[in-house]
Order: sequence, then structure tokens, then C-alpha cells
Amino acid sequence: MNRNSLYWKFALIIGVTALATWAFTPPSEKVRLGLDLRGGVHLVLGVQTDDALRLEVETTAEQLRQALADEGIHVTVSPALTEFTVTGVPSDRDAQFRTIADAHTGQSYDRTSAPGGYLFRMRPNVVVQTRRDAVTQAIQTIERRVDELGVAEPNIAAYGSEGDQIMVQLPGLHDVARAKEIIRSTAVLELKLVEAGPMPDRESLLQPYGGTVPADMEVLPGAPDPGGIPMYYLVRRVAAVTGNDLRHARPTLDEFNMPAVSFTLNREGVAKFSRVTSQNIGRQLAIVLDGQVQSAPVIESAITQAEARITGNFTQQQVQDLALILRSGALPASLTYLEEREVGPSLGADSIRAGIISSLTGLALVTLFMLFYYRLAGVNAFVSMVLNLVILLGFMAYLGAVMTLPGVAGFILTIAMGVDSNVLIFERIREELAANRTARQAVNAGFRRVFITIVDTHVTSLIAAAFLFQFGTGPIRGFATTLFFGLISNVFTAVFVSRTLFEAILSRKPAGTTELSI
Amino acid sequence: MRIFDNPNFDFIRWRWHTSILSIVLVLAGIATVVVRGGMPLGVDFTGGTVVVVDFAAPIDEDTVRDALGSQSADAVVQRFGSAAENQMMIRLPLLSEGNEALDAAAAAVEQGLRAAGVGEFTVISRELVSPTVGAELRRKAVWATITALGGILLYIGLRFRFSFAVGAVVATFHDILITLAFLVWFGYDLSLNVVAAILTIAGYSVNDTVVIFDRVRETQRLARREGLETVVNRAVNQTLSRTVITAGTSVLAVLALYLFGGEVLRSFAFAMLVGIVAGTYSTVFIASAVAIVLSNRSAAAPAAQSSERRRARA
Repeated sequence: MNRNSLYWKFALIIGVTALATWAFTPPSEKVRLGLDLRGGVHLVLGVQTDDALRLEVETTAEQLRQALADEGIHVTVSPALTEFTVTGVPSDRDAQFRTIADAHTGQSYDRTSAPGGYLFRMRPNVVVQTRRDAVTQAIQTIERRVDELGVAEPNIAAYGSEGDQIMVQLPGLHDVARAKEIIRSTAVLELKLVEAGPMPDRESLLQPYGGTVPADMEVLPGAPDPGGIPMYYLVRRVAAVTGNDLRHARPTLDEFNMPAVSFTLNREGVAKFSRVTSQNIGRQLAIVLDGQVQSAPVIESAITQAEARITGNFTQQQVQDLALILRSGALPASLTYLEEREVGPSLGADSIRAGIISSLTGLALVTLFMLFYYRLAGVNAFVSMVLNLVILLGFMAYLGAVMTLPGVAGFILTIAMGVDSNVLIFERIREELAANRTARQAVNAGFRRVFITIVDTHVTSLIAAAFLFQFGTGPIRGFATTLFFGLISNVFTAVFVSRTLFEAILSRKPAGTTELSI
Repeated sequence: MRIFDNPNFDFIRWRWHTSILSIVLVLAGIATVVVRGGMPLGVDFTGGTVVVVDFAAPIDEDTVRDALGSQSADAVVQRFGSAAENQMMIRLPLLSEGNEALDAAAAAVEQGLRAAGVGEFTVISRELVSPTVGAELRRKAVWATITALGGILLYIGLRFRFSFAVGAVVATFHDILITLAFLVWFGYDLSLNVVAAILTIAGYSVNDTVVIFDRVRETQRLARREGLETVVNRAVNQTLSRTVITAGTSVLAVLALYLFGGEVLRSFAFAMLVGIVAGTYSTVFIASAVAIVLSNRSAAAPAAQSSERRRARA
């Protein structure tokens, strides 16, 4: 045995151990705990991407109708989910209609003839893109909202096989109900000119219009007031200013010292706002939030500064949340909660304790058995198991992998796998010794013959772990991760470290000895 | 110290008896599942609500059930953790989808308990899963199991001859089915954690089998004239100490998890315990038997050569 190479091997083992230890020191900072251990909430939201499609088609149809009306062509548009029809095009203006229509929709819609007019169908790739954009935009909006909530280390990502779900993980959160409400508020803010109202019912509101809603208008309910009297407004369908032009929003007080939200507009918003107000002095401008008219002040004069206020029957908390939501922007589509998993901090702490106790008990039981059955070689097994756990922890910390409760189970299985490799090798060495080989020959043959088996057994388990990671959600992924890296580091500890220890023992014995404590 | 000193049991002679025992167990498991109208699935896969409540004062299941009133008809109330902890798990089906519906059952539980005046309590965990997510998780779990087993089969097929790969996979399916049967008999639901345990069992079971097959391959070169049955039987005997000790130490480690790992991991640890025992048994009795039957059917000699050539190249 070459003494020099033995020193190098020990240096490598100590180096790897030191590196791993350094990677997870201090454990309280370096090892990331999953929600099931530190407490927190895991949410899955479904994005109703149909909303975004419908809005996109409605907006395009309405813009086309406006553009045609500007040219004196008056048509009827009827939007559906991914298509809209245009009817009533005068036959002598047909060519002009097509030019205008294609200029507005040519990029994204296919135009075909339909009974009494034309059908504009959104192209399939545009449909897919619109849905995808809605999810991306929703994720960005939720990120901003969660940021404002001040949650440390949130995790927000697209989720699910269809890509229309969003996962939100908020560690250490206490007021889950409030967070849920803030996350899913659509918060579509619009300023719309009022044509008629408020009236207590729809019929009296629509009476001057012959009982039907004119094409470019819609009826919106007012926000519920304390008296419980319903209010309805007839407003322009197209908003004069939208939340997209918002620059900032903050809680404030109105003239009656009631909580309100004041918001400022960006330059484009101010331009639109001053144009609308200067053209419509004396009329009402409705402030609409999520399809409800919050208030409808009369325009006293052209407003050219950028600040306005949303008043209503708000509490201080509601005003704060509303300002937060408005600042973070509107959601492009409504959201539904599909999954909620909440772990309180006390259960998390219990789980950490249970995980540590069961890992140490498992390690102790296995070690006692190995020392009893394999005597001095049992020490090898113990050293390689402990090193295996140290390296595994180092891997986890270095990669920023998340430790979950099933991950603790992964640690315990790593112990079991490590022992398996040791037993495999030790039994083989015993067989070789029984066949009258010298200790040195037996150790060499044992490791050489068993190595291929260890590779086979590890690869099969790695395959299982990889697929588990692929399909798993948070906690299960934690399990797959620990199992995966535990298996890899086990090849190093059970083969290289254990063998080096044997060599160290043998190097102190005469060359032809048949004595080996195993 | 030795458990077995040069063991020489004739395992292969017992292969029909043990196969029948396995088939009986598996059929009994399937019968139980059929009689109960399907595998009992946890909320992960069906959708539903699970609330764990920590009570300040000692309380029993019936009190909780009474407090829930009309809700208790569909509810499962179980003690969570040891009796000293005063924690109860309440499981309810989900009525419908939608934002409010997801919360509704859980909120009603809290209200019911508060109204019934059962003392101070805190909700320490809530799991609300919609049927949409449940269906998706179910699909993913099935997919993961199939692909993982397929991947393992492919690897074994590459490393060993085909009949051995089939033997390994039959043994693995055997272990999974036995584990599922015991889970049903002992009243555990199939949850995400249990699926993780089952995939781990698959890996573990194949491990065990690979060790024996490796030994068969190794000794076949030395004893070419002997029949496959003799070679396999000797390989099983030669690796018997290892098989039993590994199973024993794994059981020790998982037993620690079962006893001290807490309520959340109990079903996982239980599945692992059953799976390790079944895996050890199937390694000795099932995998080799299938490999022998299949090898004898196809001409054994040419098949053995291909694996030898691979060895020689390596």
C-alpha cells in the first residue's frame, strides 16, 4: 500500500467534508425549509383566460365600430369569445369597409363572409398568445401585490399541465384570508362618461331609450350603499381613462374625513382626462371599479392636473388594500382558487422536531446493529453514513434545494441505501476471506466485484427519483431531491471513503495478514 | 457474527407455493378494493378539505362530530398524533368549485366548532383541493409511476437479458400491489406521500433483484454446465445474508420514521415498511422464479451469450 496515495485520499475526503460543511453552515440560514416545515400557505389559482380573450375581442370590435362610424359607416358588431360579426354594412361602401376593417384586424383576425355581413375570427396562434399573455401578466401583477404585502421569499410561478394555473407560495404568512383577497382582486379601474342615472332600477333608466341599451352603452350597478337602495347608471361602454394610465395610488381622506383612495395618472392619462373633462363640463364621470360605479361626480371644469379620488363607504383597511391593488395594476383575467394548503408554524416546528428525532433514531439503531454485526468494519459504515448525510446537506444548501418533511424521509432512506452498499461490500469481503484470501486481497476483490452491482442498484433508484421529481409538487420534490443527491453522494462515501478506511487499517498490518475485523 | 453460515436452501423448489401465496394476497387485495368501490383516495386526488385543529383542552372524536352538526354526515374525524396532543383531523368532501366554495367547508368547520363551545382551539393546518387539481394530480401520479417503471425496465433490459428484466418488473409490480393491499386493509388513503413511497419501493425492490441477478451473471461464466436453476438458487443463497441484513437495517430506519416521524409521514412510513418486507420476499421467491421460467422457455444458451459479450467488452 502506498502511504502517499493514502494521504491524498484522506486529504480529498477531508476537503469534500469541509466544503460540504461550509456550504450548509449555519444551517438555520443556508438550508431552505419548505412550507410544510416553516409554516405558510401554498395556493394554486386558475386563470380564467377566456376573460382576457373576450376583452380583447370586444375591444377590437368596438374600436372597429368607432373607426367606421367616424367615416360615416354605421354597422352593428356582435362579439363572442374568439370572434365577432359585423352586420349592416351598406353595399355601396363595401370596398371602403374592407379597407378600414383590414387595417384594424388584418394582423390578428381572418375575415370571412357571413349571413348579412362578415365574420372576424381570431387566428389560433393569436388566441394561444392572448391566453399565454394573460397568465404572464397575471403572474407579474401577483408578484407586485405580494411584494407590497411584504412577504419574504415568495414563490410565484406558472403551474399545471395546461399552463393556465399559477402557484403562489407565501412562507410564514399569518393573515391568509387578506392575502387571498388581495391576490385575486381583479381591480379593473375605469373612468366612464355617464349618459343617464343614477336610477333605482334598470327600466326607468332605459325608458328614454325605448327600453333597450344603446349599442355603445352599458348599464352598471352602483356600489352597495349603507341604505341598501340599488343604483344603476347608463354609461359609455368604452372607458375614457383606464387603470392602465394610473401612475400611483395611496390612501387618503375625502372632504367628509372618510377613508378614500387618491390616484394620479401618467402623462397619457392626464391628456385623455383633460380632453374628456373639457369636452363634457356639467356631465357626470363615473369611477368604475370591477364593474361597479363607486361614485359619479359632476365635471365642474376641465381638469388638467393628474389627481383624482375614489370615494365610497370604505374602511381604513379596505382603502389601504385598494390602493395597494391599484398600484400593482389590474389582473387581465379573473382568478379562481383551486388549491390551498396552509401549515401553521406550530405544526411546522413539530414536524422539524419529529424529523430530527426520527433521523437520529434511525441512524443510531442502524449504527448499533452494524457495530454489533461487523465489529470494527461497522465503524466504516458509520463514518460513511455520517459523511453521506453531511455531503447531502451540503448539496442541498449549495443548490438552494428546499428541505421538506418528505425530504426528511429522503434522508432516512439515504441512511438505508448507504447501509445497503456497505452490507453488500462487507458480505463480499467475508466471502472472499472464507475462500482463504488474504485480508488485502479480500478487500480489493470485495470492492471490485461489488462496484458494478452498486452502480446498477443506484441507477435504478436514480431513475425512480428523477421521475418522482418530474411529477412531484413541493414536498414530494423535496423527497426526490434528497433521494437523488443522497444516492450520488452515497457512491462516494460507501465506495471511496469506506475503502480508504479499510486501506488505512490494512496499511498498519503485515502484507500477508488474513486478520480483518469484519 | 453470522446470520447464515453457508446457507443452502432450495428456494427454487418452493417457487410454486410462494407464487400461489402472492397471487392469493394480491387477489384478496383487489377483491377488497372492488368490494369497497375503488381505491380509497386522499384529498390530494379527489379534491376536498382537510382541517387539523389543535384544541386547548382534551377532547374526543364524538364531541367534535357533534359540534359539526349537519356537516358531520360526510365528515371523517380522526385523532391527529398522540392522545396527549388534543389534535383532530377533520376531512370533508368539496361541494363545488369556485372561490367561495373552496373555503366554504373549512370555514363552516371553524364556525361549527366555535358555536358549539368546545373550548379554545387553533387551526394548525388546512388543505383545500379542488376537483380540477385532484384530477391533475391523479393523472400525474399515474404517469409518474408508469414512466418510472418503464425507465427501470429499460435500464434492466439493457444491462441484463430480457427474461431477467421481466422478472424484476413482475417482482416490482408484486410489491406495489401487496403494499396497496395492506394500505387498504389498514385503512390508509392513497395520498401524494404514499405515491412517493410506492415509487421508492419500486426502486428498492429492483435494487434487491439486481443484486441477485448480478451474482447470477457473475457465476454463470464459472459454471457453464450447470442448469440455470442451480445457478440462480446458489446466487440467492450467496446473497441471502446481504438481502436479509439490508432489509433488516432498512426496516430499522423506516421504523424510526414510522414511530417518531409524526402524523404527516405515517402513511408514507407504513407503505415503506410493507414494501421493504414484500420486496425482500419477492426478490428471493418471485423475481428469480419468473426469470427461470422465461429463460427455460426461450433457448437459454444463446441468450446467456449476449450478456457475456457485453461483459467482455466492459
